[in-house]
Amino acid sequence: MSDTHEPHHPEHGMYAVDPTHHHPTQPDEEDLPLAHYQVVQIAVTELLIEKGVIGADEMRRQLEKMDAISPAQGARLVARAWVDPEFKARLVADSHAAALELGIDLGPIPIIVLPDTQTEHNVVVCTLCSCYPRYLLGFPPDWYKSRAYRSRVVREPRAVLAEFGTELPDGVRIRVHDSNADMRYLVLPRRPDGTEDLDETELAALVTRDCMIGVHLPEAPARG
Amino acid sequence: MTEPTYPVGARVRVKALYPPGHVRTPSYCRGRTGVVERYLGTFPNPEQLAYQHPKPERLPLYRIRFSEPELWESYEGGDGDVLELELYEPWLEPAEEKAP
Repeated sequence: MSDTHEPHHPEHGMYAVDPTHHHPTQPDEEDLPLAHYQVVQIAVTELLIEKGVIGADEMRRQLEKMDAISPAQGARLVARAWVDPEFKARLVADSHAAALELGIDLGPIPIIVLPDTQTEHNVVVCTLCSCYPRYLLGFPPDWYKSRAYRSRVVREPRAVLAEFGTELPDGVRIRVHDSNADMRYLVLPRRPDGTEDLDETELAALVTRDCMIGVHLPEAPARG
Repeated sequence: MTEPTYPVGARVRVKALYPPGHVRTPSYCRGRTGVVERYLGTFPNPEQLAYQHPKPERLPLYRIRFSEPELWESYEGGDGDVLELELYEPWLEPAEEKAP
């Protein structure tokens, strides 16, 4: 950012001219018609609670737990694999057991770890819906669920990666993984050059969600 | 874990079936030939799970690797690019060895 004086936001001037102007109101959630499965979900939730199968607090607690999961967990696994090749081997061989070493529970669904190499880059999609390692990374980004990403990354992965600002060097082959059934996937990117001085915590900060889906590569922090 | 019918590296063709209802075999791979990348063990048949079948059978599940240039007409990318996905054994049949 420059240190020159910022001009006033145009809206401020607009209010000064016409104090009666209002932005159109956004509809509340309740103003929109409920879709079929929203109705089903509400009905099932109410029944489960009414019949005493689960408690309302139990439900809230589980939602809170799911919401609290963040890509930082996956980043810890990646950073540990970067500093400890034996851990990396264990992570690739049995991700659940290796994650438990760091106190991370990968949940009930198997996760396959896909290590990038100098000649191979991995990228993950679920063409059928939105399968994603939620127990490790939390909820998927909206674009991951979009038809555009799901249909295009399988047939033109390089063009899609380029749209994410990711250019792969010549000679690197792409492995696209369709997460279409019972497995979930975690891309283990390569440790960027110029990070020899960083400790494990600093390394983890370089590993973003997009790097673990495979649409981007971790970058060394700019030298300042 | 039951012994897999297809070992790693075996060439298999995905059956070109178009049954109604819920299946987890994307249409882009039906009728196509790939190789077994790894065997994953057995998992409940999703085609029964989707309809609340009380006792879905467990099916052997494989990861099958396809060549991207073979999968898509006018594919723009490396010749070595591949696509891998999970397929249940009933969808697979043996394929002849690749012609030279």
